[in-house]
Amino acid sequence: MAPRTRIDPTTALIYAVLTAGTVVVAFPFVWMLSSALKPPMEIFDLRFLPQQPTLDNVRVVLTRTQFPRWFWNSFVVATVTTLSVAFFDSLVGYALAKLRFWGREIIFVTILATLMIPTEMLVIPWYILSSSQGWINTYWGIMFPGLITAFGIFLVRQFMSGVPDELLDAGRIDGVSEFGLYWRIALPQIKPAMAALCIFTFLGNWNAFLWPMIVIQSANMRTLPVGIALFSGEAGSLWHLIMASSALAVVPVLLVFAVLQRQIIEGIVLTGLKN
Amino acid sequence: MATRAQAAPAPWPRLGLGTRRALWAYAFLLVPLAFFLAIRLAPAASSLYISLHEWNIISPDKPFVGLRNFQTLLADPRFARAAANTVRYVAVGIPTQIVLGLLLAMALRRVTRLRGLFRALYFMPFVTPVVAAAWVWQWMYSEQFGPLNSILVALGLPTLQFLRSPGQALYAITAMVVWQYLGFQIVIFLAGLEAIPRVYYEAAEVDGASGWRLFRHVTIPLLNPTLVFSIVYSTIVYLQLFTQVLNMTFQDQGGPLASTLTLVLYVYQLGFQRFRMGEAAAATAVLFAVILAITLLQMKVLSKPVEY
Repeated sequence: MAPRTRIDPTTALIYAVLTAGTVVVAFPFVWMLSSALKPPMEIFDLRFLPQQPTLDNVRVVLTRTQFPRWFWNSFVVATVTTLSVAFFDSLVGYALAKLRFWGREIIFVTILATLMIPTEMLVIPWYILSSSQGWINTYWGIMFPGLITAFGIFLVRQFMSGVPDELLDAGRIDGVSEFGLYWRIALPQIKPAMAALCIFTFLGNWNAFLWPMIVIQSANMRTLPVGIALFSGEAGSLWHLIMASSALAVVPVLLVFAVLQRQIIEGIVLTGLKN
Repeated sequence: MATRAQAAPAPWPRLGLGTRRALWAYAFLLVPLAFFLAIRLAPAASSLYISLHEWNIISPDKPFVGLRNFQTLLADPRFARAAANTVRYVAVGIPTQIVLGLLLAMALRRVTRLRGLFRALYFMPFVTPVVAAAWVWQWMYSEQFGPLNSILVALGLPTLQFLRSPGQALYAITAMVVWQYLGFQIVIFLAGLEAIPRVYYEAAEVDGASGWRLFRHVTIPLLNPTLVFSIVYSTIVYLQLFTQVLNMTFQDQGGPLASTLTLVLYVYQLGFQRFRMGEAAAATAVLFAVILAITLLQMKVLSKPVEY
């Protein structure tokens, strides 16, 4: 046993490697924040710390663009989609795991098979559908493709299989309705999996780009990613404003991440390795 | 099973309990099944149908053209370029991500202090909005004013053109994608390493193995399912690269000189900027076939039992 005060060289090397990696990974965040806080005069000055830090860029983005509106749009879309996914995916996952009925296997395999269809293959028919139904430029148009997910159903089914049948039978004896068995008895048993599903569904929709970019044509209906992309494209070389808009999108997510860090990372393990 | 069901009182005597439960199941599944039919399966079929027709989205006629769209694609040098680039993203990005991820995961396993903090920092890019991150990277790669070139200058090295160079742009974008997925990869490997029972290491150490031999003959074989999962998952991600490329090359999407063009960006431009829906749908059918083949291959590999 080495005395505590001595650091063995291997451990020191490992810490050095990990720290170097962290510096590289964190660099874009630091550079983004630094640029966002620099006045336009300083933006091409490569010093890390702004000489005269200012919130002007942030103010310009918040007042001269529709950024607050885009933020709200993304929030509405991600929230509604997450609620819908949480409800429908868990309901289907429960039925497939815990109820016996004719056609159960074939239904499960069919749902699972849809996972192999890439989104890109569907956007053209979705666009045609949206045009004919008047869904272009609407929240519904952005949301409808993601309201129920095969991945979530698969995930919930795995976890529901672990809920003991005795628990459900006891509920049946107490006269709980079939919906009540799912809602009041089975669902509370798989809370960690549901939390992970909700977090990843929200994040996925918050960041979604390809489909919203296609279905949204007016500036006020843009989601945050679409808004930032098109605003940055128009802003040309006004990098202080582009970085301010990026920072405004990134910082709230990182704050949420700081709070939910454990659940998010453990959720990856919980869900990722169930495949 | 049957006796337990009979023990419960039947509140609806006309139907058997099993039937009643089955009816509930169908009621639960009604909306979701309609959804999968209308929003996933029918559009997939419709996409295949469109791929066999010529259509510019406006015209009412959609003449059947057989496989002509596929022939047009194969003759289009941009399609060939997009396909070759996509393969290059996969071939460069995935090994980099796997090697760095495994290295850092093993390093993290060896430390006790600050492990949680390191893990969280590496994971940050994975939750960061991709579009915002892509613009930050574009700014970092800026030829004259970017911090990366100023670091190169400070080190006495020649500056690079990065996204402006047809030879470097694809690798510059790959670096950003690896940055984005590295933390995810580390977390997956950490879980995989955690799952290897300690007795195998102890047994190997008793036999005199250490260092590289432990890694080569214990860690790698036992990590195999995690490796296969990682490779397949990231291959599917890299095959569908779009957002990063479009945003990092926004002024000349897929450029310079189509050197960063991916299959999905090609589809997007063909379908939604040039409105050649038939060809765009044909290109997505090709992508679908590739993803299907990889998924089936994965199932075959993963269904083999792990031998300890």
